Amino acid sequence: MPQHPSIGRQIREVFPNVTALLAVALLLAFTSLARAVEPLPVEEIAPGVFAHHGLYEIFTPRNSGDTSNSGFIIGKDAVAVIDTGGSEGVGERLLAAIRARTSLPIKYVINTHMHPDHLFGNAAFAGEKPEFVGHAKLPRALAARGDRYMAINKELLGDAFGDTRIIMPTKLVDDRLELNLGDRKILIEAQPTAHTDNDVTVFDEKTGTMFLGDLLFSKHTPALDGSIRGWLALIDKLAARQDIQRVVPGHGPASMPWPQAVEAEKRYLNTIANEVRTMIKQGKTMSDAAETAGMSEKDAWLLFKEYNARNVSAAFAELEWE
Amino acid sequence: MQTGRTWKSVLGLALAALVAAGASAPVSAGDDIWQDIRRDVFDNRQVSEDGLVTLDAPYRAEDAAVVPLTMHIPASAGAVKSLTLIIDKNPSPVAATFEFGEAAGKGDRMLSTRVRIDSYSNVRAIAETADGTLHMATKFVKASGGCSAAAAKDADETLANLGKMQVRTFDSADAKDHTPNMREAQVMIRHPNATGMQMDQVTRQFTPMRIVSEMDVRRDGARIFKMEGGISISENPNFRFTYVPGSDNLIEVTAKDTEGKVFTATSAGKAS
Repeated sequence: MPQHPSIGRQIREVFPNVTALLAVALLLAFTSLARAVEPLPVEEIAPGVFAHHGLYEIFTPRNSGDTSNSGFIIGKDAVAVIDTGGSEGVGERLLAAIRARTSLPIKYVINTHMHPDHLFGNAAFAGEKPEFVGHAKLPRALAARGDRYMAINKELLGDAFGDTRIIMPTKLVDDRLELNLGDRKILIEAQPTAHTDNDVTVFDEKTGTMFLGDLLFSKHTPALDGSIRGWLALIDKLAARQDIQRVVPGHGPASMPWPQAVEAEKRYLNTIANEVRTMIKQGKTMSDAAETAGMSEKDAWLLFKEYNARNVSAAFAELEWE
Repeated sequence: MQTGRTWKSVLGLALAALVAAGASAPVSAGDDIWQDIRRDVFDNRQVSEDGLVTLDAPYRAEDAAVVPLTMHIPASAGAVKSLTLIIDKNPSPVAATFEFGEAAGKGDRMLSTRVRIDSYSNVRAIAETADGTLHMATKFVKASGGCSAAAAKDADETLANLGKMQVRTFDSADAKDHTPNMREAQVMIRHPNATGMQMDQVTRQFTPMRIVSEMDVRRDGARIFKMEGGISISENPNFRFTYVPGSDNLIEVTAKDTEGKVFTATSAGKAS
């Protein structure tokens, strides 16, 4: 029985070089995929409040600098972004996540502190013409460290560094600043030296959600780049606040209950402070301390090896002046 | 002193060195730098790496702006005139020179400080013994950016406390690892020890160099050591060292920075 030619054969008859055709089609498809920015996954942790959970990793070309949490709050008239990720590419993906949910103008981009993993995505928002909001001490901190941050992270990220550049804050907070997003007030508070000397917190009054930036680490070993005494004091002050329902850590789950979320970090910092103080009293050196202090916390945290000895050294240099 | 160079002349020298390196015989880069330093600092004298002095340094620095280094000189070395600390690849390689006095003694001696390291580099401790010979210990340290890094974690606090000092002596029990009759003390000075290479990008100006350039440390009036320091010594200079105990064991320190400011303190807690 004569068979009807298959569809494939019919196509092949019309387009003799079907392989080439497929190749061209695939190439076009991939090109457009590469151009489309994949939105950063975000979770709506409270009505109108979104947070992204960054990876527990140090910068690599593979993660493109997506190693910290970021988020945004949508009001009736405007959007506020809290931190922008560690490269322009991550910032673009955060912008895509926002644009998948709202077309309202992005009026504010708030940087919780100076570290590259939290503000190297700023450049992606420049076209939105927002106010870049930061601690009054942020410009000085970035001025002193900017070149090195750029050089180090360019090396770590390779091609993924892309067009990343530093954008300085345009609106400074030296105490408190209230922003209105339209039927939604958010409060920016400049904190005393703790994780760094330029930490701000962002509080959404409507839902009792507090973005703590790197004042809170969960799972990821805390990184001390300010004052261990200041940080411990601030933790107690924030833990006593009754208006906070939930928090977004700088590294950790997208949303955590308060004040339980800070217990592990407080224990870690207290452990280091106590052990270092004891070693200073015993006449031990910074090198001795870097090798042994905090080791009881080793299994409680990720990236412990990358951060602990450095934290201990920083704590030692601070506490030996007590 | 080499520390007086501005960053521009440092850059100029670096460029000149590059040109020279390109034209010179194929010696390994690390050795080349050391031979230049040996010529400039030690007048081409022979330096033997004979294990007489030892140097403890981390292979990988936790913080390139604060790298702890400890040097040991054993009793077998006898009297030692001086100890020079070199960081090959720093813009100004001589980190510090310590000239010892009688109160440093001749037993097992220890001296430690914290330094900035600008790129992966050999670090060297070179002791000149009483007979005028030079003895070196070398360690390679992986660190980068220590000289241009803004180390101050709390910039306001650093400036507010400039010149504050702490002199501490340790119980004899703490020095039990040393030959009997050695004690340990520590001197700390709050000072930015600004390298002149840290740029303020708001003003596009380099923060002027300001370092603790001289320090004299005595026990009951007898010198333990005198230091000449450079930009490689970390912010808040910190020195820990052994000394021979005396009648009162009062440690007195006089330090001077490049702005001519004098800082004094004693282990009795009186600081001015």
